[in-house]
Amino acid sequence: MTDQAETNGHEQRLEALVSRYKDIDPDDLVNIVEGIINTAQGDLSSVNLKVYGEIEALSRYIHSARQEIASLRPDEITDEHIPAAGEELEAIVGATEQATNSIMESVEAIEKEAETLPPEVAQRLTDSVTQVYEACGFQDITGQRITKVIHCLTHIEEKVNALLETFGEPGERSARERKANETSGAADAELMNGPQSSEDAISQDDIDALLASFD
Amino acid sequence: MAGVDMDMQILIVDDYKTMLRIIRNLLKQLGFNNVDEATDGAQALQKLRDKPYQLVISDWNMEPMSGLQLLKEVRTDTKLKDLPFVMITAESKSENVVAAKQAGVTNYIVKPFNAATLKNKLQAVLGAF
Repeated sequence: MTDQAETNGHEQRLEALVSRYKDIDPDDLVNIVEGIINTAQGDLSSVNLKVYGEIEALSRYIHSARQEIASLRPDEITDEHIPAAGEELEAIVGATEQATNSIMESVEAIEKEAETLPPEVAQRLTDSVTQVYEACGFQDITGQRITKVIHCLTHIEEKVNALLETFGEPGERSARERKANETSGAADAELMNGPQSSEDAISQDDIDALLASFD
Repeated sequence: MAGVDMDMQILIVDDYKTMLRIIRNLLKQLGFNNVDEATDGAQALQKLRDKPYQLVISDWNMEPMSGLQLLKEVRTDTKLKDLPFVMITAESKSENVVAAKQAGVTNYIVKPFNAATLKNKLQAVLGAF
């Protein structure tokens, strides 16, 4: 509808209203409408009204989302669950390290005793001891894998905190800092990923071939 | 034993004490008894500047100074630049090997490794023993 046609439509409706309610002074009615328009701030064009409507709907959506997020208790995730999971994982690293050291001490004692035995027996014992040493390397690998998981948890914690801040929840609970990023150069940090899954890792033979390709 | 000084000073660098112990014991089995330890690159670099070593065996993933950073520091130090440097690490991606090689690594062993691999790599670096 054009502005002129819209104005004509308003005039017709005003005339119809006046004819129905004879006592109403059209000027009074115009004053009331102008008063309402003046009370509302800004230009209330139809486009703006649409925008305001959308903003209001968005506001309602955000409010609803905040309530839903609050009902999930995200503060518990950052305050309790993630720190607890991190502590459990760190305890696993500590326990495996302790157990590995106990194994190592025992095996070192066996290796020492082997020196007093006949050479053939000593060699067999030494071979077995070597295998135990090799196997004890698991502690290093598992430790690094668990550290990767802890970093992953810290990342989630940071994201949840950012979400809380975005939705107006207290954001001062900063996540534990990841020291590696503070202290290492970016390029080196990108290369420090720890043990790879079997799909991503290359074998010692592949590494040897790669090294040889430089010669 | 020909050609290789079994009394050479070796510096092993790893932030996991257990791994230091494993490498030390394996080196001892191979006949190397003069083994010193450091738990990160910075500590290792200080030791390398304080005392002469003939071989470095280093992990990669350490703080505050990584094995790669240590390697780069060694290669830019006029007194240390020719020091044999073996990386023993769980970092097993091609880009890691390439980055280490470009930085001047002498050899590269991926964890988990066994005694035979360690011996082979050391022989490749030092000669037969």
